[in-house]
Amino acid sequence: MAYSDKVIDHYSNPKNVGTLDKASKSVGTGLVGAPECGDVMRLQIEVDQATGVITDAKFKTFGCGSAIASSSLATEWLKGKTIDEAVKIDNMDLVEELNLPPVKIHCSVLAEDAIKAAINDFRSKNGLEELVFEQSHV
Amino acid sequence: MLKLPIYLDHNATTPMDPRVLEAMLPYFVENFGNAASRNHSFGWQAEEAVDYAREQIAQLIGADPKEIIITSGATEGDNLGIKGVFEMYATKGNHIITCTTEHKAVLDTCKHLEKLGAEVTYLEVQPDGLIDLKQLEAAMRPTTILVAIMYANNEIGVIQPVKEISAIAKKHGALFFTDAVQAVGKIPVDVNADGIDLMAFTAHKMYGPKGVGALYVRRKNPRVKVTAQLDGGGHERGMRSGTLNVPGIVGFGKACELARLEMASDTERISKLRDKLENALKQIDESYVNGNPAHRLPHVSNISFKYVEGEGLMMGFNKDIALSSGSACTSASLEPSYVLKALGLGDDLAHSSLRFGLGRYTTEEQIDFTIKAVTDTVLKLRDMSPLWEMFKDGVDIDAIQWAHH
Repeated sequence: MAYSDKVIDHYSNPKNVGTLDKASKSVGTGLVGAPECGDVMRLQIEVDQATGVITDAKFKTFGCGSAIASSSLATEWLKGKTIDEAVKIDNMDLVEELNLPPVKIHCSVLAEDAIKAAINDFRSKNGLEELVFEQSHV
Repeated sequence: MLKLPIYLDHNATTPMDPRVLEAMLPYFVENFGNAASRNHSFGWQAEEAVDYAREQIAQLIGADPKEIIITSGATEGDNLGIKGVFEMYATKGNHIITCTTEHKAVLDTCKHLEKLGAEVTYLEVQPDGLIDLKQLEAAMRPTTILVAIMYANNEIGVIQPVKEISAIAKKHGALFFTDAVQAVGKIPVDVNADGIDLMAFTAHKMYGPKGVGALYVRRKNPRVKVTAQLDGGGHERGMRSGTLNVPGIVGFGKACELARLEMASDTERISKLRDKLENALKQIDESYVNGNPAHRLPHVSNISFKYVEGEGLMMGFNKDIALSSGSACTSASLEPSYVLKALGLGDDLAHSSLRFGLGRYTTEEQIDFTIKAVTDTVLKLRDMSPLWEMFKDGVDIDAIQWAHH
């Protein structure tokens, strides 16, 4: 299977690989997937608590090129958005941007789940109730 | 100057040896006859070529040329050998013993026969990939007609104790079939010394053409018969109808002759390169060689690089190096390699595996390039692996409640 140029680019030059302090109250961490499934994504956001704007985003991913590219692109999109805007990122936007084939759609679902998990982690740390999401479409 | 890409997937298929191609060429346009045409020179020429090739094939495995049934490849050989015995020996019993790491051509054939009334025992393998002979002995029944165990495994290269297996089968009056696709032409295989009754193998895994293979069917002690699975002209002693693929068979014969003459020197050179590759990659932290290292084909190495995923790993160099992964993502299903799982490897290690298959044209320069490319990519991907970070921080990854998709 051939990868799209955008997937190859994110794989070769991933954006925002790294770790934020998960103990910090301004950081939300989402860890999704499972080693048995061949995909684990950890996505972290740092939020300006006064404005709700995501000032930094980092990821680490165990997975195929499409999983790495999905998480890399997600961190790029997250930076500068408010957490309310970030919640609206849809996995199909990632699919479209990266030209993911049908067998790789689950990688984008995982990235969307990671975003939501990170936001909820941030919310619960700051005394806000966790958002309830509908199941993403695979 | 190193030419890219490098081919290290010789368990999937091999390039054809130019000497094989040369032997085949006259049999397309010039000597195109049907080997079954008994009454003119075109047919005689074709028949002569087939007879000669059949001798070359038989000689490689210590068989009589009459025991070689030409097929379209090993999948057909597996089907004909197993289904053919099941049908032919139906009055004697309906029990077949095989193992969980067999090729799909054997496993799915057995599953098909289960629907037709066969009872099949699937032996588990030990963590090193070898079957347990005591388990085999215990699984034998009075109704056992066939033991079907592969000679060498296609994913990890482990070589089963074929002599011991055939002795157990013989003791209990069952036939022994082996899928020897990965072994024939690579290591010495002798149907008499090994006690083999039926054996499937194929040309394209040994520098011959695709689309031609053989089923060895023993003629003496005991005389074995299989029920034909294709009806037609009664070619191949009635066991496999269909006009013979003369150029393919000629190529198969030549490939067998070259393998017989060059096996020792090829093996010595290739196994040195394999060991060099394996020893270098074992230097990477948390890398594990899969399968019994002592009972293994000389040209294969299957290594898991924990905490990186196989397909992601291959993407780092797959424009330069062609090889296979046990990772789920390489196949249409999302399941990782069933062979690696049968060894008791966790899914995480199965997902993290690469299979290196060296061959006749592999050079040291290619191996040096591969060592560097794989090492660099593993290290790069571990830097972006959350599992590697957890492992380094002492987090017990198995204790985490992962959300399964």
